[in-house]
Amino acid sequence: MDAILQEKLAEKLLCPRARSSRQKDRQYVGFATLPNQVHRKSVKKGFDFTLMVAGESGLGKSTLVNSLFLTDLYKDRKLLNAEERISQTVEITKHTVDIEEKGVKLKLTIVDTPGFGDAVNNNECWKPITDYIDQQFEQYFRDESGLNRKNILDNRVHCCLYFIPPFGHGLRPIDVEFMKALHEKVNIIPLIAKADCLTPNEIKKLKDRVRDEIEKFGIKVYQFPECDSDEDEEFKQLDKELKECTPFAVIGSNTVVEARGQRVRGRVYPWGIVEVENQSHCDFVKLRSMLIRSHMHDLKDVTCDVHYENYRAQCIQDMTSKLTQDNRVDSPIPILPVPTPDAETERLIKMKDEELKRMQEMLEKMQQQIHEKDQ
Amino acid sequence: MGGSVAVLSTGSQHRPQQQHQQRKHQNQQNRDQHLRGPVLLTRPGNRSPQSARQSFRLVGSDGPDTDVTMPDPPLSEPSVSLEMRTWQEGKVLDSGVWVTMANSGIPKSSSVGAGCNLRVFKIEAGDLTIRFDMTDAVPPEVRPKPAVPAKPPHVAPPPIPSHPAPTLSGASVRGSGGSTLLGYIGIDTIIEQMRKKTMKTGFDFNIMVVGQSGLGKSTLVNTLFKSQVSRKNSDWGREEKIPKTVEIKSVSHVIEEGGVKMKLTITDTPGFGDQINNDNCWEPISKFVNEQYEKYLKEEVNIARKKRIPDTRVHCCLYFIAPTGHSLRPLDIEFMKHLSRSVNLIPVIAKSDTLTPEEKSEFKQRVRKELEVCGIEVYPQKEFDDDIEDKSDNDKIREVMPFAVVGSDKEYQVNSKRVLGRKTAWGIVEVENLNHCEFSLLRDFIIRSHLQDLKEVTHNIHYETYRAKRLNDNGGLHPISTAADTQESNL
Repeated sequence: MDAILQEKLAEKLLCPRARSSRQKDRQYVGFATLPNQVHRKSVKKGFDFTLMVAGESGLGKSTLVNSLFLTDLYKDRKLLNAEERISQTVEITKHTVDIEEKGVKLKLTIVDTPGFGDAVNNNECWKPITDYIDQQFEQYFRDESGLNRKNILDNRVHCCLYFIPPFGHGLRPIDVEFMKALHEKVNIIPLIAKADCLTPNEIKKLKDRVRDEIEKFGIKVYQFPECDSDEDEEFKQLDKELKECTPFAVIGSNTVVEARGQRVRGRVYPWGIVEVENQSHCDFVKLRSMLIRSHMHDLKDVTCDVHYENYRAQCIQDMTSKLTQDNRVDSPIPILPVPTPDAETERLIKMKDEELKRMQEMLEKMQQQIHEKDQ
Repeated sequence: MGGSVAVLSTGSQHRPQQQHQQRKHQNQQNRDQHLRGPVLLTRPGNRSPQSARQSFRLVGSDGPDTDVTMPDPPLSEPSVSLEMRTWQEGKVLDSGVWVTMANSGIPKSSSVGAGCNLRVFKIEAGDLTIRFDMTDAVPPEVRPKPAVPAKPPHVAPPPIPSHPAPTLSGASVRGSGGSTLLGYIGIDTIIEQMRKKTMKTGFDFNIMVVGQSGLGKSTLVNTLFKSQVSRKNSDWGREEKIPKTVEIKSVSHVIEEGGVKMKLTITDTPGFGDQINNDNCWEPISKFVNEQYEKYLKEEVNIARKKRIPDTRVHCCLYFIAPTGHSLRPLDIEFMKHLSRSVNLIPVIAKSDTLTPEEKSEFKQRVRKELEVCGIEVYPQKEFDDDIEDKSDNDKIREVMPFAVVGSDKEYQVNSKRVLGRKTAWGIVEVENLNHCEFSLLRDFIIRSHLQDLKEVTHNIHYETYRAKRLNDNGGLHPISTAADTQESNL
C-alpha cells in the first residue's frame, strides 16, 4: 500500500515532465516522498498546542473553547459571586485534554486567566499573564541549553485569543494596554465576543473601529501569512475574505437545537435561533477553520521562530551585558546561569569525570601500543 | 340608551373583580387609591343590527359612575361622538356630548364630572376601541409635613393625598370619628382642582443614567421618552474619547402630553467604569447627588423663598448592569452600596438580547440574591411600603427586577405593524414585546405608575435624611459658604 502511494505521489510531483519522457524514470530518486514520511512520523508522535484565552469574565470564553474543540473542559467550574471576586487576583489555570481525530493525536492545553479585568482597580492586571508566558519561554530556554534535549516539554503559549466585549464602542483602555503588553510575546488574535447582541451593521462598524484602533496604537496582532502565488484561486479568495473579516465576531454554544428542520448547535431566543455554524450569523466557522484547519502549524512556527527567538535574543543580550559588567572573559558561547546542582548530581558529575579520565588514559595506552607495533 | 348596560370596573389591571366589589362596599376608606391602568372598551365593527347604540357604565371605585354611550359610527366618519353622563346617588352631575376624532392616537382629555377623569388614549378604526385611562389627577408639588427619615408604616393616610388639610379633619368622611355624610359636599373635587393647577404649572422629573460606555443608556432613555432627549453618539466614525474622569452632563427638555407639561432632565455620566483603575469612580456621582440636595436645602432655608423651588434633585437613577450572565461585578456592588442610600436606584440589565430566557432568569436570580446579601436596597424599597396593597404591588415588581431591557429607536415591520426593534439575521427583537424583553414593564413602572412615588420618596426620605444630617452637623441653620459646601457634600 505504501509503495503504491509513494509511486503515485512521485508521479504527481513529477507530473509535467514524467509523462512525456519515460527514460526519466531512471532519474527518479524518490525524495519526493519526504512529505509523506514526515507525515507518518508526526502522526505517530502526535501534536501539541497551547491556547490561551483572555478577557473579562462573562464574555463566553469557556463556551467558545468548548465549541471549538467539541469538548467540555469546564464541567466542574464554580462561578464566583461578586463578593468573592472583590478579593480575587488574576490567576492562571491550565486544562489539558488529549483529543484524537482520524488517527491524529492532539494534546491540547488551554490556559485560562480568571479574574482578568474584573476588579475595580485593574492596574497591571496583565502582569501575571506576561510573567507566565515569560516563564514558559525561560523553561524552554533552559531545557534547550541543557544536557538532555530529547524530551523537551513545550509549554510555550502558541496563541492567545483575546475577547473584546461587544458592548463598548471599540477598544477600551484595558484592551489596548493588554494587547500592547503581549503583542511581542505571543500571537494575539482579537475576537469580538457574544456577537449575537449586535446587528450586522453594528458588527461591521465595530470591526472597522477595532481595526483602526489596532493600527493607531501600533498593536501587532497575528497576521495571516500571504498565500503562495501558486495556490489556486479559490484558496486565495478564501484567504482574502478571512483577512477582511478580522477581528472575528463569534458566538459559542454546545447545546444542540432544532432549526430549519436540522439539528444544529445554537442559542434559542424568543425571536429566532442563532446558529453557531451558520456563516451569515457569526464568524465561528471562519475562526475554527483558521485556527485549527489551516493555521495551527503556522501559529506554532511563528511562536518558535519569532516570539521565542526575540525572547532568547533579549535574554542572551541581558546575560552578556551582565557578564561584561562583571569583568569576566567574553565567551563566545554564553554561559547559562545554571542553577546550582545538588549534591547528588555533583557526585555523578565527578564520577563521570573520573571515568572519562580513565578512558582517555586507556586510549592513550592503546595508541602507544599500536604505534610500537607498527614500528 | 338601549341595550344592556355593561358594568366595568376601572383600574382593572391591578385589582381583580371581586376585590373591587369588596372595596365598593367598604366604607370609603380607600378614596385616595390611585386608579391605575387603562380600561378598554371595545365595540366590534361588525355588530348585530339590533342594538343601535351601546352603553357602558364606568364605575369609579368611589364617587360617581359614568354612563358612556357610543353611537353607531360609520367607519368612514372622521369623528366619533360620545355621550356621557355622570351621576351619583341618583343625581346627574354632568352630561354632555363629546366629539373626538377617530383614528387619533393623540390623547384627548376630558373632565367629565367630578372625581372621574376620562382620557382617551386611542381610537382605532376597524373595531371601534376606545381606551379610557382613569388616572387620578397627579397631585402638584405640594410640600408635605416634614417626616422623620423612616416613614411610619401604619399611619392612616390623609383624606387627600399629601394634602395637609387640618380644617376638614373634623368633618372628614373617614377620620377616626367616621361620621357619615348626609349629602354630597364636593370635597372630592379637590382632586380635579389639583389636577387643573398641575396642568398649569407642569412638573419636573430628573433621571440619571449610570453605567459603562456602550451599554445603551442613551438609546434606552430616548426609547423611554419617545424622543431624542439624550445625547447619543450615533456617528461612530467620529473621534470618541473616553473621558479620563467621570463627567456629569445634564440635558433638559420640556415634553408635553395630553396638556401636561413635564420638564425632563437627564443626567448622563460618561466615563464611569471605563478606566483601567476605577477606584472611587462613584464619588463624582455621589457628590453631584448631594449637591442637588444642598441646592434645594439652601433655597428652602431662605427667608424670602421662591414660590416654587426649582427641583433639580435626582429622582431616579438607572444603573446599567452588563449582561455577562454570571453575576454582578465588584464595581457594580461598590457603586450600588454607596448610592442606594441617597437616591432611588433602579438596576436594569442592559442589552439583554444577548441572553436566552433561561440565562436571563438565572442571571436575575443571582443578581437579586447578591443584592440581598450585600444589603443593597433598590427602589421600591421594602421599608417604605405604605400599606398591604402597596406592598403586594411592589412585591410583584420586585420579583421581576432587575428589568432586562433592550432599547431601540428604529422601526421595523412585523406582522403588518410598525414596531421598535433590532433587526438581526435570525429575527427581529421587538422592544415592546413582553416575550422579548421587559422594556414595557420598565416604562410602565417608571412613568405610568411610580413617577410620583419616585419624587415623593426622593423628597420625603432621601432629602430629609440629607437635611437632618446637615442640620445636625451644623447644630442649626446658618448660611453656608461654597467652600464648606464641598466639605459637607459627602454623606
